[in-house]
Amino acid sequence: MEDIFNGIEPQVYKSQISVPYQWWAGETASKFFITLRDEKKILGTECPQCGKVFCPPKKTCPFCYVDTKNWKEVGPKGKVITYTVVYRKLAALKKNVPVAYGLIQLAGSDNAMLHYIEGIEPEKISIGMEVEAVFSDEKNASIHAISHFRPVK
Amino acid sequence: MEAAIIGVGMTTIEKNKVGETYADLAWEAVNKALHDAGLGIDDIDNVITTSSDFWDGRTISCMAVGDASGVRYKNCSAVEGDGTFGAAYALARTLSGDYKTTLVTAHSKGSESISSIITNAAFDPIYERSLGMDMISACAMQARAYMHATGTTSEQLALVSCKNHKNAKDNPYAQLPMDITVNDVLSSEMIADPLHKLDCSPVSDGCCAIIIANADFVKKIKAKPVWIKGVAFCSDAYFMGDRDLSKAKALEEAAKKAYSIAGITNPQKEINVAELYDAFTYQELMWLEGLGLAEYGKAGTMLEKGIFDRDGKLPVNPSGGLLSGHPVIAAGLYRIAEVVLQLRGEAGGRQVNAKRGVAHGVNGLCGQSHCVWVLDKEK
Repeated sequence: MEDIFNGIEPQVYKSQISVPYQWWAGETASKFFITLRDEKKILGTECPQCGKVFCPPKKTCPFCYVDTKNWKEVGPKGKVITYTVVYRKLAALKKNVPVAYGLIQLAGSDNAMLHYIEGIEPEKISIGMEVEAVFSDEKNASIHAISHFRPVK
Repeated sequence: MEAAIIGVGMTTIEKNKVGETYADLAWEAVNKALHDAGLGIDDIDNVITTSSDFWDGRTISCMAVGDASGVRYKNCSAVEGDGTFGAAYALARTLSGDYKTTLVTAHSKGSESISSIITNAAFDPIYERSLGMDMISACAMQARAYMHATGTTSEQLALVSCKNHKNAKDNPYAQLPMDITVNDVLSSEMIADPLHKLDCSPVSDGCCAIIIANADFVKKIKAKPVWIKGVAFCSDAYFMGDRDLSKAKALEEAAKKAYSIAGITNPQKEINVAELYDAFTYQELMWLEGLGLAEYGKAGTMLEKGIFDRDGKLPVNPSGGLLSGHPVIAAGLYRIAEVVLQLRGEAGGRQVNAKRGVAHGVNGLCGQSHCVWVLDKEK
């Protein structure tokens, strides 16, 4: 077939698809975020059947398939389950690299929370390391009411 | 199971297919599959398209490849996810007895968007998305967890990359055929620790199509069938923090089920070739263990012994795998097509000696769900 692109820029249709969305946080996450911001306390939800505590909290226990009715305070200390240090400025990243992420299991919780690890040289982070939440002065009630996790001194 | 794959068609996998829209890719793959089966479009009685609206940048993306897939006035349905899951739906339809031939397509053009932004949108918007993770950084956390739990080394991960890029040199469809060394991998850019650039699959364009037929129809045609012996899929929890990332529990379950349907009791002995979803080097090792083709934590050592080489006891990704070309959504269907070619003895320079093979696809972050296909030369 004839190469119709020879010597020319192939034609493209450029667009930025911008579709506004808003996701209601719902009752469970809202209570979690508001308590984080106003009381600097981290809450999880407890399954009445198996007793597992989830943080970030969820409305239903994925194991027992029942409502998690009770709120329990967890953390602010926890341990690093796994982590990565991102060195390339990936398009989804809003911070300057390197950025360290960890899955943090808070004391008293059975699952782990995704967040930043800061206050330590990235190459010194390790699995099992003890960390604690550093709260921010963020006015919005969101996951950013925790600024990051840092090593426990 | 009374069904077979009677035709496969693949486009070449490339970084940037400027000459074709994704519907054009479907046209090429479908026509190749029809030609392969010795059929015309009128012999197909229903169609499953597999696509993702986010990757395509189009709402109801499945409709946009319909014309090119010959769906006009036919029963057509769609799956959003990996092609292996689309094919599983197609198989269920074929086995229902209502259809004799089901055409499956799966496509994506990674070149047309930004992978990091698309995969960031897979994260929960309430708790996680604004932290800025994407598929690479999430999988880097899984790689770290797996290496920590098993003692698997960066050198062993790098060997997967060397093997697969080398295998790709005999695959005319592959995007990245290369001779590279462990040192090349370890000295390539560290994107997200412990994953270097050469531990990651590229962003790719491609479309794959296969045709599944019931046993009665297979009797009537000349095409060489490859028989579907067992198919199963299984999902894990959505949030990564709810899973043990160092193990592929959902894959273990899917594999057990697929083997049980296929009557396989010792997969390491009874499977002769595997095409797995190696989006990252560590995944080939983890998925091998999840599939019961290696003991947990031992895949790295088996790899070093050459067991998974093309001339080894259990060739893994003889096509070069996803590390050599990764059209998301289509990727798992390519795995199925590759195993079909292997079992028919038509895999050219990448041919291995195999009677029975396994193909595997993944959906979701860090292997949230897995689909396993056991295919056989004989009924």
